[in-house]
Amino acid sequence: MQLLEVKNLEVSFALRQGDLVALNDISFSLGKKERLGVVGESGAGKSVTGFAVINLISKPGKITNGEILFEGKRLDTLSEKEMRTIRGNRISMIFQDPMMTLNPVLTIGTQMVETLQAHRKISQKEAEAVAVKKLERVHIPSPARRLSQYPHEFSGGMRQRIIIAIALLTDPSIIIADEPTTALDVTIQAEIMDLLQELCNSEDMGLMLITHDLGVVAEVTERVLVMYAGKIIETAKTSDLVSNPLHPYTRGLMNALPGHGTCDTANRLQQIPGTMPNLTEIAPGCSFHPRCEHCQDICSSEVPQLRKISGNDSRFVSCHFAEEGWQNG
Amino acid sequence: MFAFIVRRIIQATVVMLVIGFIGFSVKHQLGDPVRDLVGISVSVEEREALREQLGLNDSFFEQYGRFVSNAVRGDLGYSYFFKKPALDVILSKAPATIELVFVSSMLILLLSVPMGLYSAIYPKRFFSRLAMGVSIVGVSIPVFLTAIVLIYVFAVQLHWLPSYGRGDTVNILGWESGLFTIDGLRHLVLPSIALSSIMLPLFIRLIRAEMMEVLETEYIKYAWAKGLTRKRVWLVHAFKNTLLPVITVGGVQLGILIAFTILTETVFQWQGMGFMFLEAVERSDTALLVAYLVVVGALFVVVNTVVDIVYGLVNPTVTIASR
Ligand SMILES: Nc1ncnc2c1ncn2[C@@H]1O[C@H](COP(=O)(O)OP(=O)(O)OP(=O)(O)O)[C@@H](O)[C@H]1O
Ligand SMILES: [Mg+2]
Repeated sequence: MQLLEVKNLEVSFALRQGDLVALNDISFSLGKKERLGVVGESGAGKSVTGFAVINLISKPGKITNGEILFEGKRLDTLSEKEMRTIRGNRISMIFQDPMMTLNPVLTIGTQMVETLQAHRKISQKEAEAVAVKKLERVHIPSPARRLSQYPHEFSGGMRQRIIIAIALLTDPSIIIADEPTTALDVTIQAEIMDLLQELCNSEDMGLMLITHDLGVVAEVTERVLVMYAGKIIETAKTSDLVSNPLHPYTRGLMNALPGHGTCDTANRLQQIPGTMPNLTEIAPGCSFHPRCEHCQDICSSEVPQLRKISGNDSRFVSCHFAEEGWQNG
Repeated sequence: MFAFIVRRIIQATVVMLVIGFIGFSVKHQLGDPVRDLVGISVSVEEREALREQLGLNDSFFEQYGRFVSNAVRGDLGYSYFFKKPALDVILSKAPATIELVFVSSMLILLLSVPMGLYSAIYPKRFFSRLAMGVSIVGVSIPVFLTAIVLIYVFAVQLHWLPSYGRGDTVNILGWESGLFTIDGLRHLVLPSIALSSIMLPLFIRLIRAEMMEVLETEYIKYAWAKGLTRKRVWLVHAFKNTLLPVITVGGVQLGILIAFTILTETVFQWQGMGFMFLEAVERSDTALLVAYLVVVGALFVVVNTVVDIVYGLVNPTVTIASR
């Protein structure tokens, strides 16, 4: 049994102009201790996917179809109260911008202790001891003294470490990290990524890493989902995907990667001509076809299915020519 | 903390000097202390001698200097109507006003916080829409209309509550208080409702607007993601952040409430400073007018200082020492 299984997930935002389908038939799974990357352009639906798992999609968004199974149990049908026992306890989240994530008027200690006390019967003293241990774990110097400090007394990198420490408090099974380094300096980005990787190796948790950065995905994850306009267009073992991307979009992403260094696809993606369509105006057929250099007639009329590539059980691509090879066509 | 106190004292001094200057200018232009002292049945020569003796022929600034140095010693002039020092008259009326403002402020806080929070959390519910609708109407109704309606309904028609005066008071260390007798409290009900009705809609809307903004922030979304209870997210995470702007704006508004006591006290014959002020205007009791200005100014300064301290306590990024 997989730790997390998402089946045919559909998320819509009920807007005034009508429903906007932000996620369309998303299926994936995450094994114990597995590290899964989710990449795609801004607006592809990466964050919505992450939040859907803990049923915390911002209004007016709703899961309109599909199932989410955590350790074999449905999450999407849980009551608010039951869901609370999962959030921040079994599944923790790390947000994008550490400057905005911590509550400015509460001390670090308060924000850590409350998390533990929300999920365990534990005294203030014991909770503080756990907090100190976790702060040590993320290399915060003199952690005991830090508990009484407020977020504004820390740098961005330190805050993201604290947020990671909060995520670790309850020894969760899954951490969902939504672009945990995008808002940080380049040098600090590497530190935080190293830390996350180190933690995943030593603690017993699965990681869902949402990012723009294919370089980071290549370095940190074992498997990867590539998203485009609310759909998964390619999923594979990271090594397979990096060595041989099959979808033209993934290829474009890869081509934008200089050598083996990391790079921010948000900027580099401009190397693929055009931009991702608004979710309300997705073209018929393959949603990528207006930007695809190998576009054929069928691409603008028929929606390609996410199909298994023969000879590789973990590899799925949604492109009419994934196997025939559009390179030659 | 020390720097804060020093700065506050300097600010307060400047504010009080300005208020004093305005008060003195009014007195200088309008008042005739000689008439206040002796009436009109005294000869011109005698008056002139008296003017010279009182220093009324000195320059404006010499007189202002004397006014300030007297004021510092607690001498704000002499009320010719009450035949007492103006400050004594004011201070004997101050408890009535302060108690009225205090009870009204409490009413405003106790009602606006839950109503504001509720209508921010459940903006679509019937009660929220009702509160918003009523508060729009509420802002535009003048106080004395509210007061008169209250008196008509609860005093004249229903005979439930008294409509004028303070009722029984007890003297606690020289402070005439109406807060400790049933009769005193009954007398407080209508005036304090009337007075708080001015600010209540504004506070509800302010708290609601701030709370709605806070609920959209990342740190609130993060608080949900941590699996905290609603109570914890709303009342600790969101409310504490909502408080900051509310304290800043609210502090000023509570100060303004003092100004509205003039109307409220007059309608309810409430024997406070505001009621006395209007009487003093009718009697041209200039010393009393000036004393009123100075005392109310001092009250403003005190209220603002308390508000600043509370703000510093709630907001960790502002240490009081660094302000
Ligand atoms: N609160 C909302 N209201 C309406 N539509 C929304 C809302 N949040 C997300 N969406 C829609 O869902 C789509 C996916 O958003 P999402 O935040 O998942 O993108 P993302 O892939 O995380 O992008 P980014 O890299 O910018 O974080 C957006 O294009 C938007 O149309
Ligand atoms: Mg995102």
